[in-house]
Amino acid sequence: MSEAAALFSFDSVSVGSARARRLDGLDVALPDGGLTVVAGPSGSGKSTLLRLCNRLEVPSEGVVRHRGIDVAQRDPLELRREVAIVFQRPVTFPGTVLDNLREADADCDEARGGELLERAGLDVSFLRRDAGELSGGEAQRACLARALATEPRVMLMDEPTSALDVRAAGVLERLATQLVDDGTPVVWVTHSEEQMRRLADHVLLLHAGRVDRSGPAGEVLGLGER
Amino acid sequence: MENGDVGPVGLAASLVLVAVALAISVRLALRLERELVVAVVRALVQLLIVGAALAIIIDPDTPLLWSWLWVAGIVVFAAATNRRRAPAVPGLFWIALAANAATAVSGFAVAFGLGIFPVEGRTLVPIAGMLIGNAMKSGIVVAERLVEALSDGRAEVEARLALGQPWTAASRPIVRSALRVALSPLIENTKALGIVFLPGAMTGLILAGVEPLDAVLVQLALMYLILGGAATTTAVTALGTVRRLFTDDHRLVALPRSTRDVG
Repeated sequence: MSEAAALFSFDSVSVGSARARRLDGLDVALPDGGLTVVAGPSGSGKSTLLRLCNRLEVPSEGVVRHRGIDVAQRDPLELRREVAIVFQRPVTFPGTVLDNLREADADCDEARGGELLERAGLDVSFLRRDAGELSGGEAQRACLARALATEPRVMLMDEPTSALDVRAAGVLERLATQLVDDGTPVVWVTHSEEQMRRLADHVLLLHAGRVDRSGPAGEVLGLGER
Repeated sequence: MENGDVGPVGLAASLVLVAVALAISVRLALRLERELVVAVVRALVQLLIVGAALAIIIDPDTPLLWSWLWVAGIVVFAAATNRRRAPAVPGLFWIALAANAATAVSGFAVAFGLGIFPVEGRTLVPIAGMLIGNAMKSGIVVAERLVEALSDGRAEVEARLALGQPWTAASRPIVRSALRVALSPLIENTKALGIVFLPGAMTGLILAGVEPLDAVLVQLALMYLILGGAATTTAVTALGTVRRLFTDDHRLVALPRSTRDVG
């Protein structure tokens, strides 16, 4: 894969001090399309890699590029609206779900709020619900709707189902594949091999901050295409 | 004792209650005896030195420059204390210095510029001490609280940053809450004035034989100055501190006690 075609490319990227590297000289490119699963044991650098993509973190060495452009050259606020993220634990802000959506898009009215909730698999009635009283799965979907409110072109998902029950996790997986089908590439971090096998078009396996294996899911996992 | 003058015998008599505190410490095995004795002796020595120096400063023949130098010393020493109490904030000394200086300038502008007190050695140093001493406490609280709240609330702050919010917006709820925490005790104290406790300056003036109503007016003017000074210091400290805790590219810096997950 050429770097210009890559969704994100990592060129000799290290994060952390020399004695405590979270990523260690990472050289890899993620394809611009489909659902890429980043997997690896705890502490392998999965979340750090994801946080580099929207510049919540910066490399201590090396260069991260998004569609060929060094992310350090981009306006971070613009980049983050373009490259949205859903975190491991849903973080809702005080107020209603609509208030939460307005944190991402101040002009969000009820009609647009309803559309966003629908894309995140929630009923329009949730707009008036207190965000602090949602269940884990509902809150995570509200966070997905909030992330979608910035009209992102890429969606990063950092173990978004690890705090959810099986049913809620299944809903979120379907929403992620729907996003991919609608043309938004998704980078999904997980430590679950089953989930990786269910979701991945492409796979990046990390170990101790380095690339273990990387490529199309069929090649890396020995499967057919999803 | 006459007109509030306390002689050596009176001072020694006031130590009876310190002896009670010592007895409590021994009886309950608090092991605070040494601390108590050190505190009592330190207070005695420090205040005697301050008293002797103030006697020189307020002498009408002493140039006012010495009072101003003393005020500058208070501003710098308070900033150093802030720095020591909240070491997690990078560059807090300079932030606190700016905050204390702003408080001194605005407080003096009101106290002296509007003619509430005359500009003399006997007013400059005590007013600066009260103004900055109280403001310093609020400054320390707001700096400590901000570091703690941003560390504990990292997930929420980063969730806001991830939506493309600038650091000013992403930190606003936490800054507001820290300012409220820092200023509330002083506001509550001001509300309780005269009902729950009689403040130090007023009590001191009455003990020294000043008419109670005159003492009350002096105390009120001081309390309002202190309240305004604390608000100034906390606002400047909070804004300076929070600026130091975010990078130019809108990232929250690593903080102590942070519990962020790293996968």
